[in-house]
Amino acid sequence: MKMPIGRNRLPVSLLLATAAGVLLSCVVPDAVAQQEGRRRRGGEQEVKPLNLTPDQVAQLTKVANERKLNVDDLLAAAKTFMPSGRHDEYVLFSSGGQSGQVFAIGVPSMRLLRSISVFTPESWQGYGFAGEHDPVIESLKINGKVVAWGDTHHPALSETKGDYDGEFLFIGDKANARVAVIDLRDWETKQIVKNPLTISDHGAAFVTPNTDYIIEGGQYATVLGYGYAPPSEYKDSYRGMVTMWKFDRMKGRIDESQSFALELPPYWQDLADAGKNASDGFFFINSFNVEMATGGVEKGNPPFEAGASKRDMDYLHIVDWKKAEAAFKAGKFEKINGFPVIKIETSIAEGILYFAPEPKSPHGVDVTPNGKYMVVAGKLDPHVTVYSIDRIKKAIAEKMYSGTDEYGVPILNFDAVKEAQVELGLGPLHTQFDDKGYAYTSLFLDSAVARWTLGGEYDALNDDQPWKLVQKTPVQYNIGHLCAAEGDTVSPDGKYLISMSKWSVDRFLPTGPLLPQNFQLLDIAQPGTTMPVIYDSPIGVGEPHYCQMIKADKLKTWKVYPEVGWNPHTQRLDANAPKKGSEGVVRDGNKVTVNMTAVRSHFSPEHVEINEGDEVTWRITAIETAQDATHGFCIGGYNVNLSLEPGEYVEFRFTADRAGTYPFYCTEFCSALHLEMMGYLHIKPKASAQAGNSPD
Amino acid sequence: MSRIISTLIGPRVPLEELRTHRWHYLTPTFIFMLARVLLLVSIFFPYWHMELEAPQYPDGLFLTAYVNHLTGDVREIDGLNHYIGMRPLGEAAAFERAASVWMIIAMFMLVEGAAFIHSKWATLLAIPAVTFPAGFYADLHYWMRTFGLNLDPEAPLSASVKPFVPTVIGEGGIGQFKTYAEWGQGYWLAVACSVLVVVGFYFHRRAYRPLSLRAKGAT
Ligand SMILES: [Cu+2]
Repeated sequence: MKMPIGRNRLPVSLLLATAAGVLLSCVVPDAVAQQEGRRRRGGEQEVKPLNLTPDQVAQLTKVANERKLNVDDLLAAAKTFMPSGRHDEYVLFSSGGQSGQVFAIGVPSMRLLRSISVFTPESWQGYGFAGEHDPVIESLKINGKVVAWGDTHHPALSETKGDYDGEFLFIGDKANARVAVIDLRDWETKQIVKNPLTISDHGAAFVTPNTDYIIEGGQYATVLGYGYAPPSEYKDSYRGMVTMWKFDRMKGRIDESQSFALELPPYWQDLADAGKNASDGFFFINSFNVEMATGGVEKGNPPFEAGASKRDMDYLHIVDWKKAEAAFKAGKFEKINGFPVIKIETSIAEGILYFAPEPKSPHGVDVTPNGKYMVVAGKLDPHVTVYSIDRIKKAIAEKMYSGTDEYGVPILNFDAVKEAQVELGLGPLHTQFDDKGYAYTSLFLDSAVARWTLGGEYDALNDDQPWKLVQKTPVQYNIGHLCAAEGDTVSPDGKYLISMSKWSVDRFLPTGPLLPQNFQLLDIAQPGTTMPVIYDSPIGVGEPHYCQMIKADKLKTWKVYPEVGWNPHTQRLDANAPKKGSEGVVRDGNKVTVNMTAVRSHFSPEHVEINEGDEVTWRITAIETAQDATHGFCIGGYNVNLSLEPGEYVEFRFTADRAGTYPFYCTEFCSALHLEMMGYLHIKPKASAQAGNSPD
Repeated sequence: MSRIISTLIGPRVPLEELRTHRWHYLTPTFIFMLARVLLLVSIFFPYWHMELEAPQYPDGLFLTAYVNHLTGDVREIDGLNHYIGMRPLGEAAAFERAASVWMIIAMFMLVEGAAFIHSKWATLLAIPAVTFPAGFYADLHYWMRTFGLNLDPEAPLSASVKPFVPTVIGEGGIGQFKTYAEWGQGYWLAVACSVLVVVGFYFHRRAYRPLSLRAKGAT
């Protein structure tokens, strides 16, 4: 007899239902995760097109007249003003000069977003204030001495195929020949390397198009490896150099073991730029003082400023770094102070190094976006001199030399490698590029930004004649570097340009005898002669040199640390990070470990009782996950201040060598009960500690 | 004994009858099956959302409750709640969250059974699934009320925030926070299951009651 249907179908339908459930459980969670939360609010508030009523025009005119603003001022304000909550389109990463820091500034608003401490301890960021043996302070040591400042000059954003990728930022310290690596996920300095060859540098940092290497060019020749020789032995013993720091992108660190340097004649090497596209595989360095003047006004000699500018020509250094890398890998180097150095003879023999004459004492050398042209700014010559990579390659191949220098380096024939010379004005220093075939050069003595046209394939991009000055916009005053939006990459954006004016003189309210620098924003969006200054921004925290401007959406910045217990030094979760519930004080002899958590609005534990003479390791995890819920932690009298950002783990050590009762507290206003976020460190005096510990 | 069983599970459908009126009998079975699937699937969807808005949280804070767990800015909300002396959310409805998946599987099996039982006793098996959404609401309300009314009087903000009953659905507010709560898809699936089971019973009764009456008449 056949089974009735009810019984027959039962297992089948159960099976079906279960299968459907299992299937959905695989597919559904992703879809659901996207639907969870964040639904009530739409995206950005929509901005309706503006249509001023006669009444509003009258209001605007009234305000403008009261504040003595003309139409250009109103337009400039409209181009730069950022309503609350609106984000800037670009981020400017600027060197901080003697402050040893990096500044991040929004463009076009020119608002300072924050500073990033690099070579100088800075207490807000808790940088260098984590007690004794602070890894930050350790990283600042040179030959055992803490050098707690830097002269940051040239920031370099990491690049992929010659374009900024927004992952890392490098910066050189001219005073101490150091290069730092900043991770742009948390905007913190991760590594500082000290050049083992030279005390000071200038041409750092510049990256090769895929950030394989970070170029650090020297400046003032010395005896490599921190050696000594009197000035009378200058030509024989003093040397210049350029170092190629290998960057390990996966680790986010410079790999010193894969890095090397090139020995150079004792000219003063200046700025560098890596070739790209057509010139990929090369880099270029300017030089001055090929006279090898040794100065000495005190002995009746001409001073450096005269002796080093006597000759009409200096040497553009052309380096084939791919060949240099091959020579290094083939072991064709000597070690100086433990660091591999390719000697000048090797560079000549391997075809690594060539010179091209350049008008006297030039400053910047800048490669055009297509990589075809190198622009050298004259500084003491009113021209920019443009070299072409095709001509350089041809001259090298056909040995079109006009001779060699004293060290045997071949000098390419100037006329054979020169593409053009463009007269711009007095004191040309640095050049940047836009997307419309224009180049922009700072004119220090003229206090102006020059816009001029490139030739070759760039000629088609605008209506102006090639290799011609188009416009000079006055800036206030004494412009050094300039920076156009992504203006040193393979694809510049145009739009904005920063004049890094060294003197502000009368631009702002007087601030005592020490005046701020003046970052001026120029609107370069229109072609031809229109290129107005639209904003002045005082920089009263150091004298910046170079800066780079990156499209803000390229940055993948963390809002909080990815996990609670994150160690920013290692960029990973730290097993030592105290967890909620595991706080307390652990003693092992006179070694004490304090495990602490911080959360609004208390530290745990709140009382820490130790003895005079204890060696203390203090670990704190900020168990916060909300954006901006940062705490601080300080112990007065012990030089400790930490910045505990959401999720961050910090460890510091000190010897409790002064007894007493030390309130510790949160130094970042975190909550309504911030003042209550404190505790006591009780350091029992030795005598009473012994009495307390002795058996009764 | 077998008599009791056959009374409980009700009459079987004669094969001839089944062949001629196939859909008459299959309809309740399929409706129950659909209801069971919806209930099972609801495990993977949120049952309840709450958004909290305050000036210093421009993106808002979010809580999402599934039958068996709570996600969203739980840590942050717990952190804020400690100022007013509310217990951590993780301590609420611990048993319910642990048991919910098993309960749903049990309801799944019971509705399965209801399709198989052709007597009025089938309704008994379906009661849990039909009343589940109401039960969920009551439980949620109970816990929110318990948590809101039992604030630690020693808490820092106890002077300005008095015990209160949080709003379970719709707009509410506490301190500088505005709250918006609404049901999630999971809850609506459970409601759909509940409705479908009721509808299924209409067809169930239409199909099997005549058989039962006929069987009774025969004895
Ligand atoms: Cu705090």
